[in-house]
Amino acid sequence: MIFVSVLVFVMLIGAIAASIFKDLINAVIAMALVSLLASILFYFLQAPDVAMAEAAIGAALTTAIFIIAIKRTNRHEE
Amino acid sequence: MRKIISILLLVIIASGITFSLVKIPFGISKTKVGNYYIEKGIEQTGATNIVNYRGFDTLGEITVLFIAAIGLGAVLRAGRKKKSERKIEPASLILYTGCKFLFPLILLFGAYIFIHGHLTPGGGFQGGAVIASAFLLIYLGCRERRINKTVTKVTDSLGGLIFVVTGLIGLAVGNYFLINFLPKGIPNLLFSAGIIPIIYIAIGFKVGSELAGIIDGLMEET
Repeated sequence: MIFVSVLVFVMLIGAIAASIFKDLINAVIAMALVSLLASILFYFLQAPDVAMAEAAIGAALTTAIFIIAIKRTNRHEE
Repeated sequence: MRKIISILLLVIIASGITFSLVKIPFGISKTKVGNYYIEKGIEQTGATNIVNYRGFDTLGEITVLFIAAIGLGAVLRAGRKKKSERKIEPASLILYTGCKFLFPLILLFGAYIFIHGHLTPGGGFQGGAVIASAFLLIYLGCRERRINKTVTKVTDSLGGLIFVVTGLIGLAVGNYFLINFLPKGIPNLLFSAGIIPIIYIAIGFKVGSELAGIIDGLMEET
């Protein structure tokens, strides 16, 4: 229970950080952290197949696609 | 002014969600259909991961993914300029070695997930996503390597075709789409559960090649 609470707390911090960061690469990494922790949380909530999909798509592929998009546009937010 | 309105709207939405969710008891299922699946699922389908009940949803999912891939391909193709002969910067030694070492293992893990889709958690979609992330690793680590586009297109189409044809055979043999026309066998064995392994392997190949194709298209633009 405490573990899950810590997980949710770190996820909240990551989500807030993702919206605050001006450097978009940092924001994307914070978002990947949220996805990764969400997948661990899904596993503890007894949904292992959702956890797998979240880890592969949310944490890996989405991050890569965002970074490719940032590479082609501006890295810093005005 | 705009900030005040947006905060007000957010408060209204949050309170609405809170009030609607607080009535639902957490962890206790109130629906009958879920319990029915748990009790009768293995007996009726011969699989512990009962995809028979939601196979038609999966068809919708992979259709959405297919359309997204086509749209992305069209957009990238339209915006493509002349192929610039830029020199590709090689990846660092650690990334290169790690990617060479991990690539087969990740592929194996993805294949394991979708081949055992009817026995263990996960299925075609998850396995395909894991395989696509293995190809992403190749694109990051071994920069000069490219996947063969013809192969991904053929695998993609073949996977979709096998899925739909399996469903249509069910329609021809029985009364509805995706009916289990093969023998169910003994539950919890690899060769059991009739058509579910076939469907899952088809979906695994389809999703894997589709996502790998998307990554390929995006990487070629950068």
